[in-house]
Amino acid sequence: MTAYVRTEDAPRLPAPANIVGWRAAIRERLFPTPLSGLASIIIGALLLWVIWTIVDWALLRAVFVAPDRTLCNVEGAGACWPVIQDKALQWVYGFYPIDQRWRVNLVYLMGAVSLAGLLIPRIPFKGWNALFFFVVYPIATFFLLLGGVFGLPYVETSQWGGLLVTLVLAVTAIVTSVPLGILLALGRRSEMPIVSLLSTIFIEVVRGVPLVLVLFMAANMFPLFMPPGVNPDKLLKAVVGMSLFASAYMAETIRGGLQAIPKGQYEASRALGLPYWKMMGLIVMPQALKIVIPGIVNNFIGLFKDTSLVTVVGIFDLLGIVQSGFNDAKWASAQTGNTGYFALAMIYWVFCFGMSRYSMYIERKLNTGHKR
Amino acid sequence: MAYDAGLAVEMRAVNKWYGQFHVLRDVNLQVKRGERIVICGPSGSGKSTMIRCINRLEEHQKGDIIVDGIPLTNNLKNIDDVRREVGMVFQHFNLFPHLTVMENCTLAPIWVRKMPKAEAEAVAMKYLTRVKIPEQAHKYPGQLSGGQQQRVAIARSLCMNPKIMLFDEPTSALDPEMIKEVLEVMVDLAQGGMTMLCVTHEMAFARQVANRVIFMDQGQIVEENEPREFFQNPKSPRTKLFLEQILH
Repeated sequence: MTAYVRTEDAPRLPAPANIVGWRAAIRERLFPTPLSGLASIIIGALLLWVIWTIVDWALLRAVFVAPDRTLCNVEGAGACWPVIQDKALQWVYGFYPIDQRWRVNLVYLMGAVSLAGLLIPRIPFKGWNALFFFVVYPIATFFLLLGGVFGLPYVETSQWGGLLVTLVLAVTAIVTSVPLGILLALGRRSEMPIVSLLSTIFIEVVRGVPLVLVLFMAANMFPLFMPPGVNPDKLLKAVVGMSLFASAYMAETIRGGLQAIPKGQYEASRALGLPYWKMMGLIVMPQALKIVIPGIVNNFIGLFKDTSLVTVVGIFDLLGIVQSGFNDAKWASAQTGNTGYFALAMIYWVFCFGMSRYSMYIERKLNTGHKR
Repeated sequence: MAYDAGLAVEMRAVNKWYGQFHVLRDVNLQVKRGERIVICGPSGSGKSTMIRCINRLEEHQKGDIIVDGIPLTNNLKNIDDVRREVGMVFQHFNLFPHLTVMENCTLAPIWVRKMPKAEAEAVAMKYLTRVKIPEQAHKYPGQLSGGQQQRVAIARSLCMNPKIMLFDEPTSALDPEMIKEVLEVMVDLAQGGMTMLCVTHEMAFARQVANRVIFMDQGQIVEENEPREFFQNPKSPRTKLFLEQILH
C-alpha cells in the first residue's frame, strides 16, 4: 500500500441553497414528512382558532368605554373592560381607607426599589440592600400598614385586601420558606437522630395535608395553642400557615440538591479542616441551591398562586376582591365575570412569568459551565 | 499515652470494620518526620482506608492513631487540629467547582486559619507558582485539564501549610500524558522535605523518592522495606505475586 499525504487543503464551499434560509427551515421543521406536515397544519389551525376567539372577545366585540353595565349587558358583547378601570384601585388597595393609600404606595415603592436593587446584578451595595429588604423593610411595612404608632391611624388587617394581601402573603412566605427550608433539609439529613426525626416528622406532616386544610386549621385551631383569650390576627395566622407549608416543600426541594453533591466535596472540605456550618455554607449549599434553582422558583410560583386559597378563610386577596366586585349591581352583566377572571389571570401570569424568566437568567449567569 | 516527638504519624494496633467486614487488621505504622512512604497493594486491601483514618475521614474502632502528637479520639477539637496539620490529595481532585482556582486555594486559610485575604492570596500564588500554574488562578476548575486540576488540589492543600501530606491514588484518574506533570510536583515536594504518605502504583515514583514502601493485602501490612530491597528482593510470596503483576 502506498502512503498518502495531503499536499493542499480541500476547498471550503458555501452550503447548498436547499439547507439554508427560511424556506429550508420551514420545510425542515414543519413539513419534514407528510404525517408531521399534516400535524403542523392541524395544530396551526387550532392555534389560529383559539387566538382568533380570544382576540374577537377581548378586542373586536369588547366594550372599552361605558359609564355602567348597560353597554356590556347586551347580547353578543365581548369583554367589558370599563369594569376593570372602575375597580382597579380596589384590586390594588383592597378596602384600605382611601386617604391612607399613600402608606400602601410607600410600601410598594420601597419593595420595588430594594427588590430591583437586589435582583439586578450590576447595582452595588448588595449587602446593605439585603439588610434593608430582609430586616428593615418587613418591620417598616408592618408598622406602616398596620399603623397605630407615630400618629398613623390604625388600619386593621380585615381592611387590607387585593394585591396588597396577595403580595404580603406571597413575599413573606417566599422569604421565610428558603431559610426554614434549608434548616429543615439539613435537619432531615443530620446524623443526630432527634434532629433528623423532628425535621422529617414536620416535613411529612405538613406536606401530607392540603394547603386549604392548613389554612382552615391555622384559622380555627391555632388559638388552642395560645393562652385563653388570645386569638391572633386572621391574616397573621394565614401568613404563618402558608410559610410553614412552603417551608416543608422547600426543604424537600433543597434536599434534592444536597443529594446531588458528590461525597468528595464533603471529604475535601473536612480534610481542609472546615467545620460543619462553614462546609455547608461555603461549599455544599452554594452548589446545592444552584442545582435546584428551577425547583425553588417552581415552589415560589406555586406559592404565589396558592395565596388565592386564603379566600376560603375569609381573607380578600386579589382573587377575593375581584370576585366580590362581581356582585356590584352597577356592573353585573354576562361578561363581567369573564372579564375580571381574564384580567386576573394576566396579572398572576405576569408575576409568575417574571419569576420564571428571572430564574432562567440567574441560572445562565451562575453556570460556570464546566461540571466535574 | 506516651509518644515519640520525632514521629509524624503513629498507628498502634489499629482495627476497623465496615459492618462485619474487617478492613484494617492490627495495623502498626510509624512515620518519622520528613519521611516519605509509598503504600501499594491490590484494590480492597485497605490502603486508602488506612490513610483516610489519619485525618479522620474514616473512623477506626480499635487501637490508637497519633498524628503530630495529637491522639485521634472522638474529641472534635483534636480532629480539627489534626485536619489543620494534614493535607490530603484525592484521586478525583475534589476541587470546589463553584469557586475559582484562587478561591479554592484561599478558602481554608481564610476561614479556618483566619488569614487576611491579601495574605492568603499571596500564599496561594506562591504555591500555584510552585505547581507551575499561576496563570490559571482566575479560571474555574472545570476549565482545566485533569493534570492541572490535580496540581491545583495539591496547591490547595499546601496553602494550609500542612506538616503531613496524604495522597490517595493521585494519578489514577489521569490520562497517561498528565501523570508526569503531577508526579513532578510530588517529587519536588518530596525533595523539599515534606512528610508524605502516598497510596500509588507509580513504582518509578516509589523508587525515586520513597524512604519506605509498604505493601498491604487484606487489611494488613504484609511487608515494608526500603524501595531498592522491596522491589529487588521481596520477601513475602504475596508481595512477589503483586509485583509480578504490576511490573510485568
